[in-house]
Amino acid sequence: MAFLCKWCSYTGADLAGTSRMEYKPNVHAIRVMCSGRIEPTFVLKAFRQGADGVLICGCHPGDCHYQEGNYKCLRRFHLLKRYVKQMGIEPERIKLEWISASEGKQYAELVNSFTQTITELGPCHIKETMEVLT
Amino acid sequence: MAEEKQKIKMAVYWGAACGGCCVSVLDVHEALFDVVAAADLVFWPIALDTKYQDVEDMPDGFIDLTLYNGAVRNSENEHIAKLLRQKSKILVAYGSCSHMGGIPGLANFSTKEEIFDRVYHDTESTINTERVVPQPEFEVAEGVLELPVFYNDVRTLADVVEVDYFMPGCPPQTARLVEVFTAIVTGAELPPPGSVIGAGDKAQCDECSRKKTENKGVKKFYRPWEVVDDGETCFLEQGILCMGPATRTGCDFRCIQGNAPCRGCYGPTPDSTDPGAKMMSAIASVIDEKEPVAIDKVLDDLVDPAGYFYRYSLPSSYIRRKMS
Ligand code: SF4
Ligand code: SF4
Ligand code: FES
Repeated sequence: MAFLCKWCSYTGADLAGTSRMEYKPNVHAIRVMCSGRIEPTFVLKAFRQGADGVLICGCHPGDCHYQEGNYKCLRRFHLLKRYVKQMGIEPERIKLEWISASEGKQYAELVNSFTQTITELGPCHIKETMEVLT
Repeated sequence: MAEEKQKIKMAVYWGAACGGCCVSVLDVHEALFDVVAAADLVFWPIALDTKYQDVEDMPDGFIDLTLYNGAVRNSENEHIAKLLRQKSKILVAYGSCSHMGGIPGLANFSTKEEIFDRVYHDTESTINTERVVPQPEFEVAEGVLELPVFYNDVRTLADVVEVDYFMPGCPPQTARLVEVFTAIVTGAELPPPGSVIGAGDKAQCDECSRKKTENKGVKKFYRPWEVVDDGETCFLEQGILCMGPATRTGCDFRCIQGNAPCRGCYGPTPDSTDPGAKMMSAIASVIDEKEPVAIDKVLDDLVDPAGYFYRYSLPSSYIRRKMS
């Protein structure tokens, strides 16, 4: 599952697509207005619904269309990682990267490397664990 | 005159609870006379010597109003929850534990095995060379003795039965109980089933009287004992964690009025389901740093984010227990 901000990262991902770069098809991308719009709830809900990893992308620092959104995102990300770790979830399952509108290639590489990380970690059992009360 | 009115039948039960919710019912003080004038208490283990058998003997739907407090931690809590559901017209999840898991819900950071190991083997004061642990069934000469089965997960009341209303609070503010009780006995129109009652629909911060500025720039968080609270500035702005941004109103600011930050017992605001997630978002907004290293340094001040953000709500949150 990937959350991409509309202004830079989604455009970057689009570029990866239109330039016909090869990248792993495992990622479902969701476009949001700004990385600052990505609430911790979105990430937790994605895991709860069965995502094995969550990728968050925004504009490079200083380039956010709404100025401060990506800094907010960065702080949330750091906090979320600490929280998921306490919950016994590998923090590597959440990744934040800055992707600009011209970085189609970087996006493709990122998707490939993140997919690789998640494959190595194996499937995430959050969904099953949360659904069955024992 | 009161005699002529049909009294309602009422039950109060405690599952995995501390007893505080039952005491909050007693805290109506002299209004207790009005309560007993309007309601027959047919089952209330803390105060009355009624037995489970008495409840089993009641016809279905016999009780008009049941306040179930406490989480569901073991098979006994679950059994009585189901029994009371069957016997009650209105079932209220009363208090944080029943609503969201509450303090007992923090046990979802551990497994049943870990809890048993700690309690029956490892505590500093335990000598248990025969490694005796409670068994749900034990045969003695007179027959089989039974104990409730201890579950691995602490559950909310709504995890095991259909709940009509949720009344938040640890414990619920007694004034709210009186309001809800009065509404029920006077036959006032009640909100749709599944609603939160006896609480506001704003966030604590929206109505809090502490002084806040637009510019909350926190560079360091403190434990409450590390700073001298000035008594008037927003706790968060002083770098003291306060659950106000993610917590519903309704308690009349019990903690804040007492110069202590809100801990979140009234649960999430209506627009969110997961108070901890909302709180993480709020905390991320007030930190005044932009570099990863500096951000991490501020976050190091938060010793136990998961335990703090989900103090009352772990079993009802997205990640409702620690993965093992
Ligand atoms: S954070 Fe706490 S002290 Fe500050 S406004 Fe909100 S409820 Fe009041
Ligand atoms: S201030 Fe917060 S923790 Fe205290 S009673 Fe109110 S909701 Fe509960
Ligand atoms: S618009 Fe791209 S991060 Fe804010």
